[in-house]
Amino acid sequence: MSRPPAERQVSRTIAADQRLSDELTRIGIDDSAASPTVLFLASGVAWLLIGSLMGLIASVKLDLPDWLGGAGPITFGRLRPVHLNAVTYGWISLAGSGMIVWLMGRLCRTHIRWTALLFLSAILWNIGLFLGSALVILGYSGGMEWLEFPLPAAAVIALAFILFALSMFRTFAARQVEHVYVSLWYILASLTWFPLLYVIANAGLYQGVGEAAMNWWYGHNAITVWFTPIGLAGAYYFIPKVIGRPIYSYYLGLLGFWSFALFYNWNGLHHLVGGPLPTWAISVSIVASLMMFVPVLAVAVNHHMTALGHLSMIRYSPTLRFVVFGAMSYTATSFQGSLEATRSVQEVAHFTHYTVGHAHLGMYAFVTMVLFGAVYYIMPRIAKWEWPYPNLIKVHFWLSAAGIAIYFLSLTLGGWLQGLAMNTPSIPFIDTVNLTKPYLWGRAVGGTLMTIGHCVFAYHFLLVIHRAGPKRFAPVWFRKAEEVAAP
Amino acid sequence: MMFIRSFVFFLGVLAAFALGWIGIVGVPDMMLARIEAPPELKRYTAEQLYGRSIYVREGCLYCHSQQVRPEGFGADQARFWGRPSVPADYLYDKPHLLGTMRTGPDLFNIGARQTSEEWHLLHLYNPRLVTKGSIMPPHPWLFEEKPTAGPGEEALVLPDSLAPARKVVVPTAEAKALVAYLLSLNHTYPVSQGAASDDTAKTRR
Ligand code: HEC
Ligand code: HEM
Repeated sequence: MSRPPAERQVSRTIAADQRLSDELTRIGIDDSAASPTVLFLASGVAWLLIGSLMGLIASVKLDLPDWLGGAGPITFGRLRPVHLNAVTYGWISLAGSGMIVWLMGRLCRTHIRWTALLFLSAILWNIGLFLGSALVILGYSGGMEWLEFPLPAAAVIALAFILFALSMFRTFAARQVEHVYVSLWYILASLTWFPLLYVIANAGLYQGVGEAAMNWWYGHNAITVWFTPIGLAGAYYFIPKVIGRPIYSYYLGLLGFWSFALFYNWNGLHHLVGGPLPTWAISVSIVASLMMFVPVLAVAVNHHMTALGHLSMIRYSPTLRFVVFGAMSYTATSFQGSLEATRSVQEVAHFTHYTVGHAHLGMYAFVTMVLFGAVYYIMPRIAKWEWPYPNLIKVHFWLSAAGIAIYFLSLTLGGWLQGLAMNTPSIPFIDTVNLTKPYLWGRAVGGTLMTIGHCVFAYHFLLVIHRAGPKRFAPVWFRKAEEVAAP
Repeated sequence: MMFIRSFVFFLGVLAAFALGWIGIVGVPDMMLARIEAPPELKRYTAEQLYGRSIYVREGCLYCHSQQVRPEGFGADQARFWGRPSVPADYLYDKPHLLGTMRTGPDLFNIGARQTSEEWHLLHLYNPRLVTKGSIMPPHPWLFEEKPTAGPGEEALVLPDSLAPARKVVVPTAEAKALVAYLLSLNHTYPVSQGAASDDTAKTRR
């Protein structure tokens, strides 16, 4: 390894802090995870592109309703669910699974077991997504939000997830460590929860208002048991890892995890405040939403204290920059969500674009940004090829960050004004539509930036897979190494 | 020791999940199982059900809710969108279409508010024909262009700018079924809010 001396110095310090005694084992473990991880990550990136494009087209259709208005398959009401499914069950789930495979090897300190199941899982998953999206486009939507994929597609995805979970549990059972790290708690819980949730929700057990309760129990629990654990597992791993310090408090981690498990499973009915359900049930969800301050604060304090004094490293480390952005957004989204669940905020915000802004703060600014950071860390280590163009990473970061900021602020402000107008009976309904138009354009602008960022990211990702571009000998840092060592 | 710890971990994880499911889905659903349909609530006809499936297919749900809020919570009552909806109103609904967005108005009582089939057809063909500034998508694929209207068919009355040259636009069976469904959305019959859901009515503010 012929690294420049200063960089060697840095990596030596970091390595010592991390107490990673045996680099060779680590490389062996990474290698065992390499092919399935790449398969999952690459599929995820493909669905990110598809999903962003669908979202962008859907968004412009609200600005120019007659644009591409002549054909059923590309109407707003079909593209929108395809967007949601492609970015959540496609991008986040697949890239998240790739991250989980890789973390599993690292955290259990053993090679990945039953990798054949992982390949099968990734293939089935892609087939399920493709089938489901095609069926929705062709008009066979199941009709419930988050559950639009009809049964054949949902069954394939369920099977894919179960195969994935089996391989991960087998690897966990073979672990070579005493200590089960916080990230693993979230991963293990989600591997247990999500298949159950997904199967129950697709089983068609309910009718009428009971089905609505199930629908939003599912909708929010998908966030509880799958999307958030992915983001948190990543944040818990990469923040201490890149900074080179252990997590601040194990007990805060414990408190955070169990209060999360206890409260977050009861949040769903805050999506139906004011609706025709027994009030006590909705109130229970509102209280549970407020209780979420406990786990969220625990996580926020834990990450903050870990990073304290080292936060300047986000200027240098691409991974840290994305992951810290994500972790801070987690706190922001959750605080917003807890308050948003209350009756007085729901009265205004519930039926408006404000909710869509909130959804993107969670799914994009939090989970997606953490995943970007994870991919920037993992890919060079398994592809044995560093990111060739550090500037592309910067461009990607700023496009995504500016894009989501514009997206969120537009819809939050526009949605709130829309809600106030809707609650003022003297304002004709069409004026509540008219007043949102500039904000919907704002969203389209933000979404365009994000989508361009995703194209840059995907291009760079392809370069690494093909080991193209200039060869680099050390991980990407945005500044010279001496500057890193200085503070 | 390690085994026991794992066991307790997974037990706790499963319990947290199951409790939530029972608490906010199972129990409400069981309580609602006792309610009876109001006598005026009619079952959907075959045509209305077909129309409902087109409502699902075209994703009307992503812009329209079907639930009316009570007095003191939003302005649904002042906008005359109907009495507050109760669980009994939805007994025949699958999939449920409560919705979470009001990019367009609530449709739970659109059949009482807008009774003209002609209006609905024009609006579906292109919403901007009847509501200036609407951002609702047009649905021309629910219509057919042909030289002349056949027997029993009625062509849309379109302004020259939108009318196809030497052709007329007639609604397909899909468009008619969808409108039949929209016209069936009429929940203006009285319900005893107490009987329909004991505490929904009582504690709503
Ligand atoms: C992109 C969002 C969007 C979608 C999708 C959508 N609508 Fe609308 N809809 C609106 C808006 C905005 C209005 C209010 C302006 C107007 O009257 O066109 C509206 C109005 C309506 C009205 C008139 C309501 C009233 O009180 O006057 C009906 C009926 C209606 N839509 C039915 C449908 C049906 C049926 C579908 C599915 C085939 C549908 N909409 C899909 C946005 C949408
Ligand atoms: C990975 C990135 C993204 C994720 C995870 C994501 C996630 C979501 C989610 C969860 C919803 C449902 C919101 C709700 O029902 O409240 C949604 C809706 C939507 N998203 Fe995205 N999104 C992403 C990127 C984008 C981009 C780049 C655009 C481009 C403008 C976009 C545009 C939309 C639109 C137009 C809707 C429909 C909102 C409506 O119904 O009015 N999204 N997205």
